[in-house]
Amino acid sequence: MARRHVSTTINGEAVDFLCEPHQTLLDALRDELQLTGTKEGCGTGDCGACSVVFDGRLCCSCLILAPEAEGAEVETVEGIATGGELHPLQRHFLEEAALQCGICTPGFLVAAKALLDSNPDPSETEVRFALAGNLCRCTGYDKIIRAVLDSAAELRGEA
Amino acid sequence: MNGLGYEAPQSVEETVALLARENGAARILAGGTDLLAQMKTGAAAPQLLVDVKKVRELSSVEEDEAGFAIGAAVCTAALAEHPGLCAAWPGVVEAARLIGSEQIQGRASLGGNLCNGSPAADSVPALVAAGASCLIAGPGGERELPVEEVIVGPGSTCLEPDELLVSFRLGSGKAKRGDAYLRMIPRSEMDIAIVGAGVCIELDDFGVCHAARIGLGAVAPTPLRVDAAADALVGSRVDDAALEAVAAAASAAADPIDDKRGSAEYRRKVAGVLTRRAAKIALDRARGEQ
Ligand SMILES: Cc1cc2nc3c(=O)[nH]c(=O)nc-3n(C[C@H](O)[C@H](O)[C@H](O)COP(=O)(O)OP(=O)(O)OC[C@H]3O[C@@H](n4cnc5c(N)ncnc54)[C@H](O)[C@@H]3O)c2cc1C
Ligand code: FES
Ligand code: FES
Repeated sequence: MARRHVSTTINGEAVDFLCEPHQTLLDALRDELQLTGTKEGCGTGDCGACSVVFDGRLCCSCLILAPEAEGAEVETVEGIATGGELHPLQRHFLEEAALQCGICTPGFLVAAKALLDSNPDPSETEVRFALAGNLCRCTGYDKIIRAVLDSAAELRGEA
Repeated sequence: MNGLGYEAPQSVEETVALLARENGAARILAGGTDLLAQMKTGAAAPQLLVDVKKVRELSSVEEDEAGFAIGAAVCTAALAEHPGLCAAWPGVVEAARLIGSEQIQGRASLGGNLCNGSPAADSVPALVAAGASCLIAGPGGERELPVEEVIVGPGSTCLEPDELLVSFRLGSGKAKRGDAYLRMIPRSEMDIAIVGAGVCIELDDFGVCHAARIGLGAVAPTPLRVDAAADALVGSRVDDAALEAVAAAASAAADPIDDKRGSAEYRRKVAGVLTRRAAKIALDRARGEQ
């Protein structure tokens, strides 16, 4: 079957790509567009490693078909830093050792940014629930939660 | 999945025509949180996916004097952003918000939750309790069915291969009515219900319950409407005796499976406890206390 042409917007830039109709958005990002920041953990919606913001909503890119991206706006982990400067979330993850192997990190960053964009002052419980769709097999979560709360404080101008 | 086709029609008519043409080889794609996961494991292998999220009637929430028409493909995160719906049907919205993670809620729809046919689908008992009906379109026109008649067995619905669920109809907001949904899962987040209980209560001017509906999930091959439990409330002030009777009737109606996630005996007991607790929350909401 002919490859399908998709026109979409990724991190604010118009992008065209060709894909097989059965490919997921995750496959297209990684294999067609070489945006390999977005990771595959499970492929079935359970781990959150593939998190992207799709038309303004946090989603698992492994559960979106690539052709569904036609006309959509996609934000990936590659769009979080501005130029060479890390986003406060990225800096706090590094400074506070909120990662070990790192496979879950892009998903946590995208999900945490989506949370802080809609709720700049979440409680610890709110952060834990908001990130319940992101699994980490290394850190035990505490350092991730703390890094998100510290980033939130910095973004509010309190740190 | 090789050779898979993908279409995104703009209207109900176009969607029905595509489904009819494919003669059972097509599947409707709403949020894809069940279907794409099933295709990944090989449990589903359609030849054509018909994405219905571009069809207006399926992707919007409309409100008029009669009540609400919730598009079957609207994601649950969007339902929670609809102030009118949250005020009128808090139990339906809280059930929808229990489906999966934030990521899942950005895609998952009520139509997909129902049409996937799981006995444990969280929104279904709440929709049953709310008295929701389903608008279904097919080649012969439209038909309307109560939610509890759609699922006919685990993973199967009464929809024909060329039919689609367009929207859910819910009544308008009403004083002295309250609804609520509670579920029991073995973890604190991201798990499948071992019991789900939806309750809707209407009070008269004297605080007496004059109408009630109760839905139970995960305790039988399909979600259940339990009239015996609802009858235990009608005519009462929803006092402790009535709440005990509701719990007993809900436990009696439960016919659950026995597995590693919960024994049948445990699920039966929890069905009663959760129904009683959900009834109490629905009562407080009907009284305007919550
Ligand atoms: C990580 C994870 C966690 C989950 N947690 C929960 C949970 O806590 N509770 C719960 O109840 N579910 C849960 N689910 C299951 C799933 O997210 C829900 O059932 C969801 O509501 C399905 O909606 P959807 O729009 O994604 O459906 P889809 O996957 O698009 O469709 C599901 C099925 O319904 C059919 N269908 C969809 N729309 C229509 C229509 N309009 N007319 C006719 N047929 C239609 C499709 O063809 C398909 O067979 C979870 C799933 C994942 C991956
Ligand atoms: S790879 Fe998408 S949720 Fe795990
Ligand atoms: S750092 Fe290894 S999975 Fe999270």
